Amino acid sequence: MGKPETGSVLARVDEVYRLESRRILATLIRLLGDFDLAEEAVHEAFRAAMEQWPQTGVPGNPRAWLVSAGRFKAIDGLRRRARFDERAGELARFLEARAVGQAGEGADRQGGDDAAAGSDGDGRPEGIALEDDRLRLIFTCCHPALAPDARIALTLREVCGLTTEEIARAFLTESPTVAQRIVRAKAKIREARIPYEVPAPEQFPERLEAVLRILYLVFNEGYSASSGDAVARPGLSGEAIRLARLLADLLPDPEVKGLLALMLLHESRRAARASATGELIFLEDQDRSLWDRELIREGSALVEEALLSRRFGPYTLQAAISAVHAETAAPAGAPRKATDWTQIAGLYDVLLRAEPSPLVELNRAVAIAMRDGPEAGLRLIDGLIAAGSPSREALIDYHLTHSARADLLRRMGRKSESAEAYRRALDLALQDPERRFLEKRLIELESPPKKDVP
Amino acid sequence: MKFLVLAYYHEKTYLATPPEEMQALVAKCGPLDKALNATGKMTLVASLAATKDTVSVRPRNGKPTITDGPYVETKEQLGSFFLLEAENLEEAVKLASLHPAANLGEEMGWGIEVRPIEFWRAKEIA
Repeated sequence: MGKPETGSVLARVDEVYRLESRRILATLIRLLGDFDLAEEAVHEAFRAAMEQWPQTGVPGNPRAWLVSAGRFKAIDGLRRRARFDERAGELARFLEARAVGQAGEGADRQGGDDAAAGSDGDGRPEGIALEDDRLRLIFTCCHPALAPDARIALTLREVCGLTTEEIARAFLTESPTVAQRIVRAKAKIREARIPYEVPAPEQFPERLEAVLRILYLVFNEGYSASSGDAVARPGLSGEAIRLARLLADLLPDPEVKGLLALMLLHESRRAARASATGELIFLEDQDRSLWDRELIREGSALVEEALLSRRFGPYTLQAAISAVHAETAAPAGAPRKATDWTQIAGLYDVLLRAEPSPLVELNRAVAIAMRDGPEAGLRLIDGLIAAGSPSREALIDYHLTHSARADLLRRMGRKSESAEAYRRALDLALQDPERRFLEKRLIELESPPKKDVP
Repeated sequence: MKFLVLAYYHEKTYLATPPEEMQALVAKCGPLDKALNATGKMTLVASLAATKDTVSVRPRNGKPTITDGPYVETKEQLGSFFLLEAENLEEAVKLASLHPAANLGEEMGWGIEVRPIEFWRAKEIA
């Protein structure tokens, strides 16, 4: 190999960093047993690559080189610290003994070329071990022993590689707050000895559910920000979709497909759900020609696959509902297709049995109103918030309950009751575009009807 | 009076321990190390490299003969040692009981041995 040109080698280092740094981190966490140590090691490994690759050329298996280099840089670092801290020496000895024991004859202290390329040292083919590492990282970051906020921050930081500043911006908090959350989460992982592993079969469904919940939370935070003046923060949704794709590649579970489908179908409507001035546009009023047909095709196919498995759950059912809405997508100028509310209401019935919740009850009531008329829907909603209803507590102070009531009352012509419900919704809504939407509806309702003559 | 305290571990279980458990264990050592240091009675402490780097030398036919590995092939290996200054064995044991290997790492065979020193000569090497 001739001496490569430095510029192109550094560009390659950048590329490897972008594509592989999270996988390398995931593997180093397993080998070193510590998030902070592994992060430092990733950093050191890439620094070594920038120094050495221009001289030696890019190794045949850059990822194996970087894992091996990171591992030994970490051990060297601990050994230097051992002069002041005997426990650092203890760890260095332990990690080195393991590294040497695992790498066997091919061990190469320089993180050398393809010494570690064939296997990860635990006797498994490299590919499988590395994919396991990525799953390990996701399951550990979403571990139920961590606080939900911490799980989100840790997942975005470690699995997606976002900086604390980026995470803080996405969640409208201060970056020291995010940093602190991450530090605490890592300490908790260490102290509670949360094992770095893909959960055992008996815990798997529950733990997968926890991972999916975090992904969906991240997606939703990007899709409909819970507060602030923007309708959405698309970067977060993109990260959630990327992770769901990764999970779907690694795990043949119908609910993973269902969640990915749900996200893709929501995402397909992004361009249609806010006006040019940032006003929120509800599903019914969206311009269907703006829906992304490619995402709909992919999402609907995934829903189909998940439903066929017959082992689907709530995410698949929600995706199926979303897919029925998506059937009304049409090119610009085409006549409006009718939404199949009968099918949607039927799917809500199934969803309610699979995962009963006040929110599903509310959405089902809205779907029934579309199928059977506003009176039927209003009767259901009023039942849900009536004294003694188990859903009352969750729905009585929820702005969408009142905006749904307001909408049905408006359609029934009961104007003053509708206005009252809109005002109640406005009191409760936190997000600016939603508030502007409700204000607009209220003004339309309260202003005298427009005359047709000028 | 001086005491040598030897700290042992099961090398096999130690090496089979997942790194995150080792990290968790080491993280718990800090407060104990500090407490022992704070007594001011520990005058020297050292940690040993893995046995793979160990060499034994025995007289064979009147000549020093070198073999790789520790002198005694046992499950338990010496991992570290420290020196204590104490009035008597009782105090030395009390002090040594502060050490992490007397409190933690049961699952990897940690443990200590307190040995009174009969003869002592040391030379400071700067």
